[in-house]
Amino acid sequence: MPEKLYIDALREGLREEMLRDENVFIIGEDVGLYGGAFGVTKGLFQEFGEDRVKDTPISEAAIAGAAVGAALCGMRPVAEIMFFDFFTIAMDQLVNQGAKNRYMFGGKAKVPMVIRGPMGCGTGAAAQHSQSFPAVFAHFPGLKVVMPSTPYDVKGLIKASIRDDNPVVFAEHKLLYRVKGEVPEEEYIVPLGKADIKRKGKDITIVAGSIMVIRALEAAKQLEQEGIDVEVVDPRTLKPLDMGTIVDSVKKTGRVIIVEDDPMSFGWGAEVAAGIASSSAFDYLDAPIKRLAGLDIPIPYNPNLEKHAVPQVEDIVKAIKDILE
Amino acid sequence: MNLSQELLASMYRKMMKIRKFEQRVSELFAQGMVPGFVHLYIGEEATAVGVCENLKDTDYITSTHRGHGHLIAKGGELKYMMAELFGRKTGYCKGKGGSMHIADAKIGILGANGIVGAGLPISVGSGLSARMRGTDQVTVCFFGDGASNQGTFHEAMNMASIWRLPVIFVCENNLYGISMRQDRHQAIADISDRAQAYGFPGITVDGNDVLAVYEVAHEAVKRAREGAGPTLIECKTYRWRGHFEGDPTTYRAKEELEEWMAKDPIPRFARYLEENGYASRKELEEIERSVESEVQQAIDFAEKSDLPDEADAVTDVYSDLVEEGRAR
Ligand SMILES: Cc1ncc(C[n+]2csc(CCOP(=O)(O)OP(=O)(O)O)c2C)c(N)n1
Ligand SMILES: [Mg+2]
Repeated sequence: MPEKLYIDALREGLREEMLRDENVFIIGEDVGLYGGAFGVTKGLFQEFGEDRVKDTPISEAAIAGAAVGAALCGMRPVAEIMFFDFFTIAMDQLVNQGAKNRYMFGGKAKVPMVIRGPMGCGTGAAAQHSQSFPAVFAHFPGLKVVMPSTPYDVKGLIKASIRDDNPVVFAEHKLLYRVKGEVPEEEYIVPLGKADIKRKGKDITIVAGSIMVIRALEAAKQLEQEGIDVEVVDPRTLKPLDMGTIVDSVKKTGRVIIVEDDPMSFGWGAEVAAGIASSSAFDYLDAPIKRLAGLDIPIPYNPNLEKHAVPQVEDIVKAIKDILE
Repeated sequence: MNLSQELLASMYRKMMKIRKFEQRVSELFAQGMVPGFVHLYIGEEATAVGVCENLKDTDYITSTHRGHGHLIAKGGELKYMMAELFGRKTGYCKGKGGSMHIADAKIGILGANGIVGAGLPISVGSGLSARMRGTDQVTVCFFGDGASNQGTFHEAMNMASIWRLPVIFVCENNLYGISMRQDRHQAIADISDRAQAYGFPGITVDGNDVLAVYEVAHEAVKRAREGAGPTLIECKTYRWRGHFEGDPTTYRAKEELEEWMAKDPIPRFARYLEENGYASRKELEEIERSVESEVQQAIDFAEKSDLPDEADAVTDVYSDLVEEGRAR
């Protein structure tokens, strides 16, 4: 299978859906002529023209709102928000409109839209260009939330998200764009709401999402040297959340650590922990459920502090050794 | 306008300070000494200086992602700015903020800003506070042509107008918001036209002519101090560098850049000073050299400064709490 970069796999997914359905279009800041701030949409403007790859003014509220409106009227917009941090400006349109339209209208409307953007720290971009907060959106009934960790998943999930009839928040960690992985030539879809076991193991389960999957796998590799056999479960979508796969894994290993990129307080890891604690896996636990997450701080500028702000491979290794001791 | 020799020299020095600071930052960024994003102000110096020379230390400014020029013009100290860019403990934000978040409350700098358009409502708040506290402080709100399409622009302008707040909105129209040329992002040519919709004056000025900017800003600051309400000043200018350092700038023509570089505000002002006998070539060169050494000192200061400790990561989130309990 050919190896591809995450960013290229994502673009392929977008492109295939645009070819498949003429109602799919892209809208966002600098997505056209410039090809996107990170280059996700590079070349699509040239291929599909300015009507289907729409450059907008700097107006996040109107970008999100235009996506909602177009979706209500039969289109399938994919809106790009340049940095995840700016989702807050798009929030009302997304949360009070897009997320609620169907319910408020008694099930008589649908809002098939995707709103996507890069989150996360690690580039020195400081507090307003680095935060990860996909879990916030999982708190709003009506939204689906996706956070793919691999090139394979990002392609399959963007395609599923575009075909979904509900508003989908699609969170990409910006450090993942340059990660390589296998992507098949033939068409495939990764359904929303299905977790994936990224590595099989029997001693402990790591539940990790987005960039933390990469770090969890690296930690697992290091721990293997010391005879510790780690299982890595990637929920892939936060909403809907596939608790079944997580519960089964914990029943098998008896130990679990949840690793998040977001700040600790009220994070999705708490949801997963509560899900495990109240499930049939509870009786199988040989150790307390452990969470590892970002510090409860805005992301600092200085690269050392920035690195310290979110879990790194060595933090995961250490935490697992502590649990197993 | 009749300006003192002292004021003219100060303007020249500040423009030069911005230019030299930015040129060194560009080099340092290329060498990997400055992490993250830097957005340089080179080419736009006359705007910040022409406006800020009308302000007192007690007046406020709100700035943008492209903020170094505003900060220097308002009196920010190079060494603390440079230390911040280097991510050092001695920097303006203790290394926590970086280029896009430099603030100095002591001289009314309410922060550079990573969120386009976010400074506009904040300037309404600082204007309101001056009004409520009964002071004569004014606020200058800097923002770009791109920012004028954010909802916050309209909300802030309207609110400032109904309350006749002492706010001067200064739009730096450098023709682009990243890759979006102005004629692709709005259907008007002069952003100052938008003031009409809110019932206060809007003026367009050559942003590369420091004296023209000074004069227009002078009038606007006077109006604001006298309680006559806000003004929108649009300064037409151009950024020479990419949107950020490292931007390939594929979206604009080389000729356009060259055309604007020929309108460099600094030699233009130097010519004026010389031709009118305000300064000799030699004096201007001395200013240039003294500014260069000041920038070098700032770099030395930054390089010698300590890096923050890991423990500093969790402080300054709240005024009272330090949530070490939740740390790993
Ligand atoms: C809310 C928000 N949207 C988008 C961005 C990304 N961004 C940073 S600067 C910029 C362009 C700003 O253009 P303008 O206001 O004209 O200022 P200039 O960069 O030209 O000085 C954009 C889109 C941002 N930082 N914040
Ligand atoms: Mg601009």
